[in-house]
Amino acid sequence: MGEIVLKGVTKRFGDVEVIPPIDLAIHDGEFVVFVGPSGCGKSTLLRLIAGLEDVSGGKIEIDGKDATETAPSDRGLAMVFQSYALYPHMSVKKNIAFPLKMAKLPPAEIEAKVQAAAKVLNLSAYLDRKPGQLSGGQRQRVAIGRAIVRSPEAFLFDEPLSNLDAALRVNMRLEISELHHTLKTTMIYVTHDQVEAMTMADKIVVLQAGRIEQVGSPLELYRTPRNRFVAGFIGSPKMNFIEGAEAAKHGAHAIGIRPEHIRISTTEGMWKGTVGVSEHLGSDTFLHVTTEHGLLNVRAGGEVDLHHGDSVFLSPDMAQLHRFDKEGGALK
Amino acid sequence: MSTQASRTAARLMISPAVILLLGWMIVPLAMTLWFSMQRYNLLMPGMGGFTGFDNYSYFLTDPAFFDAIKNTLVLVLGVLAITTVGGLLLALLLDQPFWGQGIVRVLVIAPFFVMPTVSALVWKNMFMNPVNGVFAHLAKSIGLQPYDFLAQSPLASIVLIVAWQWLPFATLILLTALQSLDSEQLEAAEMDGAGPISRFFYVMLPHLARAITVVILIQTIFLLSTFAEILVTTNGGPGTASTTLTYLVYVQSLLQFDVGSGAAGGIVAVVLANIVAIFLMRMIGKNLEN
Amino acid sequence: MARAVTPRRKALVTVLAWTIGLALFFPILWTVILSFKTEGDAIASPLTVLTTPFTLESYHVVQDRSNYFLHFWNSVVISLGSTLFALVVAIPAAWAMAFVPGPKTKDLLMWMLSTKMMPAVGVLVPIYLLFRDLGLLDSRIGLVVVLMLMNLPIVVWMLYTYFREIPGEILEAARMDGATLKDELIHVLTPMAVPGIASTLLLNVILAWNEAFWTLQLTTSKAAPLTTFIAGYSSPEGLFYAKLSAASTLAIAPILILGWFSQKQLVRGLTFGAVK
Repeated sequence: MGEIVLKGVTKRFGDVEVIPPIDLAIHDGEFVVFVGPSGCGKSTLLRLIAGLEDVSGGKIEIDGKDATETAPSDRGLAMVFQSYALYPHMSVKKNIAFPLKMAKLPPAEIEAKVQAAAKVLNLSAYLDRKPGQLSGGQRQRVAIGRAIVRSPEAFLFDEPLSNLDAALRVNMRLEISELHHTLKTTMIYVTHDQVEAMTMADKIVVLQAGRIEQVGSPLELYRTPRNRFVAGFIGSPKMNFIEGAEAAKHGAHAIGIRPEHIRISTTEGMWKGTVGVSEHLGSDTFLHVTTEHGLLNVRAGGEVDLHHGDSVFLSPDMAQLHRFDKEGGALK
Repeated sequence: MSTQASRTAARLMISPAVILLLGWMIVPLAMTLWFSMQRYNLLMPGMGGFTGFDNYSYFLTDPAFFDAIKNTLVLVLGVLAITTVGGLLLALLLDQPFWGQGIVRVLVIAPFFVMPTVSALVWKNMFMNPVNGVFAHLAKSIGLQPYDFLAQSPLASIVLIVAWQWLPFATLILLTALQSLDSEQLEAAEMDGAGPISRFFYVMLPHLARAITVVILIQTIFLLSTFAEILVTTNGGPGTASTTLTYLVYVQSLLQFDVGSGAAGGIVAVVLANIVAIFLMRMIGKNLEN
Repeated sequence: MARAVTPRRKALVTVLAWTIGLALFFPILWTVILSFKTEGDAIASPLTVLTTPFTLESYHVVQDRSNYFLHFWNSVVISLGSTLFALVVAIPAAWAMAFVPGPKTKDLLMWMLSTKMMPAVGVLVPIYLLFRDLGLLDSRIGLVVVLMLMNLPIVVWMLYTYFREIPGEILEAARMDGATLKDELIHVLTPMAVPGIASTLLLNVILAWNEAFWTLQLTTSKAAPLTTFIAGYSSPEGLFYAKLSAASTLAIAPILILGWFSQKQLVRGLTFGAVK
């Protein structure tokens, strides 16, 4: 079981309220991602759940029991840190065995569990090495190994992939997702990268300045963002926003249209513009088009023969248009 | 960032050190302050009593006091100048590639580990002695009259001895700092058209600023209490030619048994050191920020 | 810079560096050489000295006359004792400051350093009188206490800079892994902190060994460490070069060797981590 419920949880550092009262329910077996720009309080929230920070108010319940005052190690959670936090003086084997040793398990059982975890994570060949002798990806796997041997109620990940290079990041992303399917344990994952959030999460929690902006599945957030912040944060490349007279035509303060929802034509369309930088990726072509409504990003599928300086016409897909009021809230 | 429990534990763990240092600072200092206002001479028991600031006026108007201040300044500034400039040049030299770097490094650092009494005696007798010292032999061999260093220029000789002890320290720190300079910065400067001298002043020296601050701070702390070198070489003489403030207080209180005026001298030294300290702490505080 | 250096330039630098290095080292080298000569040979002119035979005579005289080993042992007890006591007090303090930093931590550290700036003479009189009244003059325990307090700020600072390099996340990971404070200390912190503690110990033993204000003021004979013992050669014994050299060599050799081993730590330690 790994059900975690936050009830009015707040955190203050001195007089600064970094997390205003938050209510959130995380169900057993869910993969939940906290995402937001740096400094939004997502890591603090994770550390509150872990017990590494005291809450200033509210309650944290784990499996229905109040865990607000429980010591970190008694909450039944395992955490993978951004820096991996491996013990540098211990071998890989000892690192993975450490939580079991602390739980005073018999040596034979520890050995069996470590071997099993090492096998799952492809670490069997490295058990006697020290963390210093491993690559970034291997260290990451040791950190995960140390978390899974305890069979925790839930895993907490604090930006675990941010120290890896791009190719490795994609790999580890898949491995963690695969692990979630195998273990079916609750996972809470913190990242500032919306691509990680979209690809891994069952449920995304978008945070800004300590506040929850929206909670939902990746596609819910993509299709029906509740406000301009979520609309701009989820989706890559970013949504285009247009204000002023053009927005007023649609009865809104601002309208938003995703780059993939704009059709491009050399002959006719709603908005006339000039192509600036064009990025030809083969599978996609991203065009930066200057129009009377400002710079708009457009995603055209496949190979498109348009280049710097070409005149084009853009037409938004009206069904995919997002409308926002003055405060940034979405209009139905 | 931490939990309440760990903060309480932290306070408990820090307190022994704080209490000890507070005790070490405040109790004797208060006693010194008290003695400094008493008539208190170990040779004249029963002659005690409150005298207000008499001890201070006695100590501060003593001609030896001004000599001591002047000598202290000469000693500290002289050693600082020799060691920082010399250390910088030596560090630049040792940073170049050459054969036997490791051995030369060991040779250069060695004087720092020699205890002050030994280095003072070795210099005084085996080098500066006007009859049998190495310098005297050298002078005689080229037909010159041997020079009696400690009698004729006692303070300069002491500066030389102390600088010999501290030059390695300055060199080692500056060398370490120099080696931590990102070589790409120097290459970038070179691509930007900076010659060796510009590179030194615009790239190396700013990089070394922090290390130089540290050298000055640490050395000042230790140099202000230079004692053994004076005791075993000149005993502060001839006259007061090499008496520093530290040495003067020692003479007053433990040689002339005048505890009262010795204590007054101690307080004067504390006040002066604090002026220097405030200045230096600002400097290092700023440098330790980042 | 990974660029080839002309051999001529390298040769020039080599000659210059070795000349300066040998010149700086010469007083020590000369002391060691003279310690193996007879008194008569030791005062001869430098070039003549090198041709005279070696002898261990002076070393015998030094030991016979002044019980060198007593003073050596005093130095060991005083420097090691004061350092160990300082470590016992400083380790918890530095640990707390490094891992549970509060808004006042920096000020506290600066204050500790500032106690080091207080000139020793400022408290010479009361300490001397206190020691006299408590019967601590010329006692090893008295010096251990004074030198411990003297070096405590440096010990705290050094440990603090070493501990600060242990990432806090590791301790949090240990806590998540179910380690109690005791486990954390035994299995995680101590193994990671041992190198730092060792170099702090080494450097402070060196500083205490060479301390020459309080040792000279507070001891005369029975508790006198090597600094005081050597100061006794001031005069007229100082004119006996061979004996002075032998005594000096014995006094500096142990610490010189320790010092060569701890060059790197010296930089880190004495600069409070400000230079690496």
